[in-house]
Amino acid sequence: MNKILKKLELAPGIKLFEVDVPEVAAKALPGHFVIVRNSDRGERIPLTIADTDKSRGVITLIFQEVGKSTLELGLFREGDNLPCVVGPLGKPSEIEKFGTVVCIGGGVGVAPIFPIIKGLKAAGNRVLSIIGARNKELLILENEVRMYSDETYVTTDDGSYGTKGFVCDQLGSLLTNETNIDRVVAIGPSIMMKAVAEMTRPYKIPTIVSLNSIMVDGTGMCGACRVEVGGETKFTCVDGPEFDGHLVDFEMLMKRLSMYSSQEKKALDDYKGKI
Amino acid sequence: MGKLNLNRTAMPKQDPRERVLNCNEVALGYTQEQAIMEAERCIQCKKPLCIEGCPVEIDIPAFIKLIAEGDFQGSIRKMKEKNVLPAICGRVCPQEEQCEKVCILEKKGAPIAIGRLERFIADWEAAQGAIEIPPSKPSTGRKVAVVGSGPAGLTVASDLVQLGHKVTMFEALHEPGGVLIYGIPEFRLPKAIVKREVEYVQKLGVELKLNAVIGKIATVDELLEEYDAVFIGTGAGLPWFMGIPGENLNGVYSANEYLTRANLMKAYRFPEFDTPIIKGNRVATIGGGNVAMDSARTALRLGAKESMVIYRRSRQEMPAREEEIENAEEEGVVFNFLTNPVAYHGDEQNWLREMECIRMELGEPDASGRRRPVPIEGSNYRTSIDVVVVAIGNSPNPLIPQTTPGLECSKWGNIKADEGTGKTSQRGVFAGGDIVTGAATVILAMGAGRKAANAIDEYLRTGIW
Ligand SMILES: Cc1cc2nc3c(=O)[nH]c(=O)nc-3n(C[C@H](O)[C@H](O)[C@H](O)COP(=O)(O)OP(=O)(O)OC[C@H]3O[C@@H](n4cnc5c(N)ncnc54)[C@H](O)[C@@H]3O)c2cc1C
Ligand code: SF4
Ligand code: FES
Repeated sequence: MNKILKKLELAPGIKLFEVDVPEVAAKALPGHFVIVRNSDRGERIPLTIADTDKSRGVITLIFQEVGKSTLELGLFREGDNLPCVVGPLGKPSEIEKFGTVVCIGGGVGVAPIFPIIKGLKAAGNRVLSIIGARNKELLILENEVRMYSDETYVTTDDGSYGTKGFVCDQLGSLLTNETNIDRVVAIGPSIMMKAVAEMTRPYKIPTIVSLNSIMVDGTGMCGACRVEVGGETKFTCVDGPEFDGHLVDFEMLMKRLSMYSSQEKKALDDYKGKI
Repeated sequence: MGKLNLNRTAMPKQDPRERVLNCNEVALGYTQEQAIMEAERCIQCKKPLCIEGCPVEIDIPAFIKLIAEGDFQGSIRKMKEKNVLPAICGRVCPQEEQCEKVCILEKKGAPIAIGRLERFIADWEAAQGAIEIPPSKPSTGRKVAVVGSGPAGLTVASDLVQLGHKVTMFEALHEPGGVLIYGIPEFRLPKAIVKREVEYVQKLGVELKLNAVIGKIATVDELLEEYDAVFIGTGAGLPWFMGIPGENLNGVYSANEYLTRANLMKAYRFPEFDTPIIKGNRVATIGGGNVAMDSARTALRLGAKESMVIYRRSRQEMPAREEEIENAEEEGVVFNFLTNPVAYHGDEQNWLREMECIRMELGEPDASGRRRPVPIEGSNYRTSIDVVVVAIGNSPNPLIPQTTPGLECSKWGNIKADEGTGKTSQRGVFAGGDIVTGAATVILAMGAGRKAANAIDEYLRTGIW
């Protein structure tokens, strides 16, 4: 159960697992996430499903090693079983024929945007994708994105590949040059999603973002994942993770995300000390 | 029978000063001598009122008599005819509201300590090592899916498997037991006991599937394609907040999150366990029930210098068990009655800094018969605070109702089920426990499970709905 069939290092510190979980794969839709645990001492780590192969009963997970738990997760090898994979959780993305949709993925955010690109394309949309990373080495899934997008724009912060700059710069030029963008979907660091939402607001283009709140159970039981959307409290794990970017209180989201940063740092330092 | 003995045998407890420094169980349980002494006080009423007070009708005088006679094996067997989870019920049931309340000796101020005896006999059995596995009936070839592994699910599953049905229990979390494992703390209900009871149910032949969220991997309707009946015992897991300003500040928790981090995820052992928790020197828990007591006492064990309870009514109206209120007081939890938070104030970084409360007074009785607390205008005050735990109640998790169109629910989201049978509006689907009643008690969830098991058995044998 939960066997890792394939493991790849997509970029330094960014890993891909293909996991054999037929029951989850059978139900997984773009936008869904799972919760995994490394061990019986592990925390519950939410990861968006980056791809699903229903015929093989396999889901793809892509994660960046940022803290103790993800570093430890990265140590699993092909053939190992993950102790726990729960899902598919959350509400799936709205996939319909909207017309022209701009899909933006920043950093590892390219992983969760990929199934949405694929889904939107299959639904008959014209998909314009913008993907970006700090540098060329950290850019992931470019070929996959290109395969399902009508147009693909690549940016790197340092200009080592594609256009130099941020994904938002690219969005800016699309907003001025494209006449009818019907929808924007953006996934990446909160600061990026916030910037995207601010840019599309004057154009009144519906803008969907996917939030990566801190979670515990992922089933609506604890409220750890609270966010404010349009002045109302929502639970990201069951009401989201996708929300109207124009209504999300990103400031609060970012501050809530840093709630355990001192503990996380301690855990990471202890762990690094050990290995 | 000789003279009435009105000396209720006290149960040894850990010293309050020591116990707040550890997470071990507070109550230590009777010795054999103490148990026999207490059991001998029972006057073996001809018409025992205690049985009527018990939601699962344990033959109380009979199991107590066997203890008095020193026949512990016989006593536990008698107990298990009616209650499969005595080690748990003996610890967490509100006996003072049930069997002990109506015990004839209550009138004399010294009811038999039925709960302590129940606990004693269950622990005695566990200490013997080998737990008797009663023989199951021959297989009926029928399959039942039980959703949720709390007390309701565990009871249904064990009853049905013993009647010869094949039972699969689905649990969303990575450990079985429901509130018993994620909510009620170790110091009140050791997790080893819950594990032991779950293992017992598994030994009876129940198949347990963890990490399986019904409504996600399969809907109830899909389960019905594979199973002959489905029981829903998914509890009341959706935490309430008050909707006051500042509730989303860093440091404000729902009791569910606070207790789940502490118990299920073992955050008190961070970083040995990966899940962190904000500890804080000054911790306020909002609410007056068992959940609030558990939260306030957990805060002390996490190292809080001050742990206070904020409750909008007075001590009399507190729904928590008397014993737990006393334990909390002994440990130094400070109670602020007739007080209610109105806002939380934070800093630039969204961290909780202050709690603003208002004083209350009791007005006319409300629908529940309790006097309604009314705010005293202008009595607001602010106090500095590091962590707030909101323990004002839960409603049912909407996941299953939302994904099962055939299920009728109340406007609060509780599944409608017949009280005597657990039958819902959908053929083949039964429900019981907190998902039906709203947050209640372990024993009521078990009682509902028992009734549903009987009805499911009948439905499977006759096919009549
Ligand atoms: C902190 C706390 C202290 C308490 N103290 C006491 C006490 O001292 N005495 C007392 O009698 N009662 C007490 N209670 C109340 C008591 O625990 C509950 O009434 C009882 O556990 C309800 O049992 P249940 O089986 O209905 O549900 P639960 O125990 O809530 O179990 C439901 C289970 O279903 C699972 N589930 C939910 N949705 C799904 C799904 N879609 N798919 C699969 N699984 C799912 C949940 O994860 C959970 O494990 C307390 C409750 C809390 C929270
Ligand atoms: S009511 Fe009290 S004294 Fe009478 S049988 Fe029950 S426990 Fe014993
Ligand atoms: S993670 Fe617990 S409610 Fe969302």
